[in-house]
Amino acid sequence: MRPGPASACLEARDLVIEVPGRPDGRALDLRLAAGQRWGVLGPNGVGKTTLLHTLAGLRAPRRGEVRLDGRPLASLRRREAARRLGLVFQERHDDFPATVRETALIGRHPYLSPWRLEGVEDLRLAEAALARLDIAHLAERRVDTLSGGERQRLAIATVLTQAPAIWLADEPTNHLDLHHQAAVMELLAEQAGAGHAVLMCLHDLNLAARWCDHLLLLYPDGEACWGPAEVMLVPEALERLYGQRLATARIDGAPVFVPAR
Amino acid sequence: MTDAWLRSLGGLALAALAALGLSLALGSVALAPEQILAVLGGQGEALSRTLVMELRLPRALAAFAVGGLLALAGALMQVLLRNPLADPYVLGLSGGASVGALGAMLAGLGGMLVSGSAFAGALVSTLLVFGLAHGRGGWTPARLLLTGVVVAAGWGAVVTLMLVVSPAERLPGMLYWLMGDLAYAGSPWPPLALLLAACLLALPLGRSLNVLARGPLQAAALGVAVRRLEWALYLVASLMTAVAVTAAGSIGFVGLVVPHMLRLTLGNDQRLLLPACALAGGTLLLLADTLARTVIAPEQLPVGVITALLGVPTFLYLLYRGQG
Repeated sequence: MRPGPASACLEARDLVIEVPGRPDGRALDLRLAAGQRWGVLGPNGVGKTTLLHTLAGLRAPRRGEVRLDGRPLASLRRREAARRLGLVFQERHDDFPATVRETALIGRHPYLSPWRLEGVEDLRLAEAALARLDIAHLAERRVDTLSGGERQRLAIATVLTQAPAIWLADEPTNHLDLHHQAAVMELLAEQAGAGHAVLMCLHDLNLAARWCDHLLLLYPDGEACWGPAEVMLVPEALERLYGQRLATARIDGAPVFVPAR
Repeated sequence: MTDAWLRSLGGLALAALAALGLSLALGSVALAPEQILAVLGGQGEALSRTLVMELRLPRALAAFAVGGLLALAGALMQVLLRNPLADPYVLGLSGGASVGALGAMLAGLGGMLVSGSAFAGALVSTLLVFGLAHGRGGWTPARLLLTGVVVAAGWGAVVTLMLVVSPAERLPGMLYWLMGDLAYAGSPWPPLALLLAACLLALPLGRSLNVLARGPLQAAALGVAVRRLEWALYLVASLMTAVAVTAAGSIGFVGLVVPHMLRLTLGNDQRLLLPACALAGGTLLLLADTLARTVIAPEQLPVGVITALLGVPTFLYLLYRGQG
């Protein structure tokens, strides 16, 4: 029997990502469990994207392993992994023409056998995902005519069509206006509420403070620390993380950080 | 969705049949449709039977197969290299085949030996480019492309050298071969069989190719075994190009223009695009070859000249329109 979303779980065991020329630092031992919303914070170039790709099994780690639902990810077939684990990429390649609907539909790829065409149900899932991201009206448009924010929402709609139990999202709010930033974070929270697990790289401390229940801080020297958000959101730790002094306030019961002058 | 696909493919198949009829009818002796039908039905007079069954039909089928192979190989190379402007020769394959074929001609060999030598040259070039681009650690499309371009330039120099040192009486044959010529295509069945096999292979792989066109990481995240698929693409496209070049020399532009034009009208779903490429590429080369052997009859033009003369302006127009 295939494990349902409730048992979704991604583990990093003694994991050191491969960043050429960098010392090992602290190995990651963490467990992304169903219902959790993890945020990954760190300055530019610290390896957030590399970590995400390693957790998705797209890159080999330098040391340690990633386990998906208790099994080594490297031992799973890609197709099997793709039914459990979805990734919102930061970069995308639109060298060839494609419509918005076709792009969302590729999310069904891991579920279809080679000879099967996408069916009514697949189409319905794609349309629903486009509607959820407010881009249903663009379904016929060519992807290379979209704005950056629309393209970003399409990437998220594609993963929503894929319907994975574990979401890995690389800066999901990139290019998005304020309303859609909130809408996307709401969507990811809803996914976690439905028993899925979410891990996202974020640049915006305040989005992380507001929407994540666990945080992983990656420091440039390879150090790392992680834990529940309320424990991790210590101004001194965040100031050391970015090398930037911060001013802090509380709004709606959540801490808000802005750069100090 | 599938209805529109069937309509497009049906239209292209009808065009292919029409082109086939035209190529059987036209030539030194023009044949009426009822004469051709009589011959195909096993009757008709001896002259028209010879014309159709021994001269025109084998050549027409060979032209269709070679055109289909080139267009299909071009479309696959474009996905492999994630570059809509790649063509089947971009990895130096036709250069290797040319050196093989011209070498055999220079040695005074003929017929099958020229073809065999061309095929060997194409394979050597394929292995050379792949080995060099692979190097340590795996290849990227950019490195594969650059290696191919450089190796092709090297083959080009060798071809020029061979032309310079070859005796004058062999030159016309060599030049015809270099520009592509279907007069010595040989049996049409091996290329036709390969074309059919490649189409059947491409259909179940089509959706994976759609995903691969969006980049290897995205494809892997959606469950595609990327490395294995890329190997298969490389080998199949190389084999198809090698067979096409062996049959008819290096015919340019079919592998570049046909996938590109079809992509503009039909979109980029490989499950439709690939069979459409096979049909349209075959039709285009069939028409070009009919032109090549009739336009200044009884003399024949190398068909590669016709495809280039048609291809260059079409392609420039498409690029120009694409900008606006």
